[in-house]
Amino acid sequence: MVEYFTQHLLSFAIWLPILAGILVLFTANDSKPNATRWVALIGSLVSFAVTVPLYTHFNFADGGFQFQEGFQWILTFNINYHLGADGIAVPLILLTSFTTVIVVIAAWEVIEKRVAQYMASFLIMSGLMIGVFSALDAILYYVFWEAMLIPMFLVIGIWGGPNRVYATVKFFLYTLLGSLLMLVAFIYLYHQTGSFEIVDYYKFPMPLNVQTLIFLAFFAAFAVKIPMWPVHTWLPDAHVEAPTGGSVVLAAIALKLGGYSFLRFAMPIAPDAAHHLSGFMISLSLIAIVYIALVALVQKDMKKLIAYSSISHMGFVTLGFFIFNNLGLEGAMVQMVSHGFISAAMFLCVGVLYDRVHSRQIEAYGGVANTMPVFAAFAVLFAMANSGLPGTSGFVGEFMVILGAIQVNFWYAFLASFTLIFGAAYTLWMVKRVFYGEVANQHVATLKDLNKREFLILATLAILVLALGVYPQPLTDMTNATVTQLLSQLSQSKLPAGL
Amino acid sequence: MENIRYDLVTALPEMIVLGMAMLILLADLFLKQSNRIAIYALAQLTLFVAAYFTWTTHTPSVGYAFTGAFVDDTMSDVLKLMIYLGTGLLFVYSRQYLQMRNMFCGEFYALVLFAVVGMMIMVSGQSLLTLYIGLELLSLSLYALVALDRDNSRATEAAMKYFVLGALASGMLLYGMSMIYGMTGNLNLSDINHALMNAPMPSQELHAVLILGLVFIVAGLAFKLGAVPFQMWVPDVYEGSPTAMTMLISSVPKIAAFAFIIRMLAQGLQTLAVDWQQMLMIMAVLSIILGNVTAIAQTNLKRMLAYSTISHVGFVLFGLMSASINGFVSALFYIASYVLMTLAGFGIILLLSRKGFEAEQLNDLKGLNQRSPWIAFLMLIVMFSMAGVPPTLGFYAKFTVLQAALQAGYLWLVVFAVLMAVIGAFYYLRIIKLMYFDEPQDFAPIQAPVEMRMVLSLNALALLGIGLMPQWLMSVCGYAVVKSLS
Repeated sequence: MVEYFTQHLLSFAIWLPILAGILVLFTANDSKPNATRWVALIGSLVSFAVTVPLYTHFNFADGGFQFQEGFQWILTFNINYHLGADGIAVPLILLTSFTTVIVVIAAWEVIEKRVAQYMASFLIMSGLMIGVFSALDAILYYVFWEAMLIPMFLVIGIWGGPNRVYATVKFFLYTLLGSLLMLVAFIYLYHQTGSFEIVDYYKFPMPLNVQTLIFLAFFAAFAVKIPMWPVHTWLPDAHVEAPTGGSVVLAAIALKLGGYSFLRFAMPIAPDAAHHLSGFMISLSLIAIVYIALVALVQKDMKKLIAYSSISHMGFVTLGFFIFNNLGLEGAMVQMVSHGFISAAMFLCVGVLYDRVHSRQIEAYGGVANTMPVFAAFAVLFAMANSGLPGTSGFVGEFMVILGAIQVNFWYAFLASFTLIFGAAYTLWMVKRVFYGEVANQHVATLKDLNKREFLILATLAILVLALGVYPQPLTDMTNATVTQLLSQLSQSKLPAGL
Repeated sequence: MENIRYDLVTALPEMIVLGMAMLILLADLFLKQSNRIAIYALAQLTLFVAAYFTWTTHTPSVGYAFTGAFVDDTMSDVLKLMIYLGTGLLFVYSRQYLQMRNMFCGEFYALVLFAVVGMMIMVSGQSLLTLYIGLELLSLSLYALVALDRDNSRATEAAMKYFVLGALASGMLLYGMSMIYGMTGNLNLSDINHALMNAPMPSQELHAVLILGLVFIVAGLAFKLGAVPFQMWVPDVYEGSPTAMTMLISSVPKIAAFAFIIRMLAQGLQTLAVDWQQMLMIMAVLSIILGNVTAIAQTNLKRMLAYSTISHVGFVLFGLMSASINGFVSALFYIASYVLMTLAGFGIILLLSRKGFEAEQLNDLKGLNQRSPWIAFLMLIVMFSMAGVPPTLGFYAKFTVLQAALQAGYLWLVVFAVLMAVIGAFYYLRIIKLMYFDEPQDFAPIQAPVEMRMVLSLNALALLGIGLMPQWLMSVCGYAVVKSLS
């Protein structure tokens, strides 16, 4: 039994939350929501527990795929149910299962209508996203990638804000458009190689023009998901309208799907195109870092501000990818994980305020620190982390990427480092307007400070943000071998001989 | 004598269904309305017995009967089983609807069974004449079925439109067949193929006659399938017909139409593939554009599904136009998935209808999640399946068709088709939006017989279940086509 479990760790990580989600649906009864909540919480905790062995059993020296398992799934097209995870997948899998626990707790009293459907959506989504991170077969990956849209579509649409329908349909169609082009690329590769195994694609040589088309097809899918400028416009809409849990999952995990997929597909499958287009990708990343940070500065809506800040921070991730050095790639990985914690925390903070006052506008607040001192302490910590203060996880990733960039080109690093100014500006200015100054109005004057549940989740996240900021070694150890292997893979041309 | 016996055994399922249809017509005369449920049971039994004989007499080899006009191969048997299953589901879903509208009578079941015989003959037809007779038997039964509710002026209008345009299409088809016959001197498809292959290089004029005949045949087929530019009748007939009849028109006959196209184009006119590929390609592209774009503007659910059918037909043609075994298998897989989705979709519309109320406006679905989460969930599966979102069956249908087209070298057409699929996703999402994000307007309790709920649930869940394990359906489709065409 134990042996069976350790041989199918990834399958358990995927299917346990999905089964838990289905189980939760059967407890649907809005007059007695507590049973549903407890089932969901236990389900998410168990699902988190089964991902922990991925860390404890991880072989840090091995840069390849571990925990592999599989069987033939669709013989007609040689599609396999093939799972495996390497040093860049495991941290993101852990992040996913952890965030699901946070989301379930954060929704505890907040969601009152259709509780079972809400909890089930997040549990099922968690399983599907872990599937994306661990699939080693292109179609299996695609199925998880697309299926994940369904629960997210429902979450934003059912529990979202006033403009939720527009936001959720935009989210769905934007993502679908990009993914379908990726599907065409997969089918093309299948007819060339006779396989849907990602590893087979890595070895397949292609001329530059084919590589470029394939890279652009992947780009369409992943750039939308990350999102990169100029295809980022769905994200602020989706974030603003989504319920707190939806925003947390979107920011903490869904965006990472795009970043992860660049490393898993676009870059190793089409390495020459990736080098060829790196100037283009770096330009887009720098525009996101600088321009989107300026856009964030003028936002009046807190959630929108954090959404733009996410896009700006994800610009660091893509910058780190396309400078093709060790510091850049590892920095991007740290940045992804750290952004998962910080953005989740920021959205939860907005959620805390929204649950009490029902407004996301900055101008509806002022002087919150007077009535909610504990909450203000957390919020300021996360704001500092968001603006990249040394000692928090936000600093580590950005610093590594800037160091990596300066090895390539001084001006890349110069432009990227503007974020330390702009990031601090928009975050701290928001904190100043919301938390400090005179108590703005009657609503703020009657605010109650954090309850135990809110304190628990914010404190957990605060510890993680500080821990990763002071001691990022466990994470970088994990990614190190894989990143080194990936870089050597990227440095070998895949152009057919003689071209 | 031996020959006759073989012929009769080969066509046994057809004869069973035909005989039972007549028996039902007769028995109906002697039954009171309260006992009419017996007719329903008899019709289901007919399908079951026919399925039993098709199943037990199945062999992987090819057998010809009636001097080669009728064929019994793997494709005919598999497609017949699909037809029985689809018709059986249709009977289950439509019973309550018909009872509430005074259409629960022997004529309905007899006519549907006649249509089934027509479809079976199309599936097994191996000569121009058998194919045409099968098609006409199917079409005439459908015209009569649409007009079955004779006091309903909308239905009568729809039946007239259907009949006039359908007759025109049949005329074109027959005209095209006559030209092919004139050029080759054969009615039998394999003889036609043989004649065309061995013929000396025909002169320009003679080749032109062949192509002209081909154009008429393809146009006639496109009319029956509802492919652009011959789609005009589809939305009107879908909207005007009673929903049970719409369900019939839009589902099972597409299987027979697929068989017709395979027999005609792939078996008979294989040598003209270069020509018909281009025709199918144009129709496929136009159908996908028009079907998806126009569906967005619809407020009537049945009209929307009509345009959605047009776009699905476009995808089927996408598979067929590859003119390869891979393409035909993928087209069959698409058709099979499409029929399952359509039956479930219309089944839910029938479930929401009640006496004096047709759930045919999009707004009738509003807030369904609050009225009945389970039915809303089933419709959610159907809609995502139609949109082609994994892990539902519809995704694999689109996937197989696209990979076949890509293998045939139509890379940019495939890119175009996926862009159109995104447009298509919009109107399916709108249904989900109505069900899940809006407040209900209609609070009437949903009444349906238990067996209908159960079968419908299984049908919709099958879309998800086969989506998780699509291999067996792909194997069945591969088995059907590969053994028959090689």
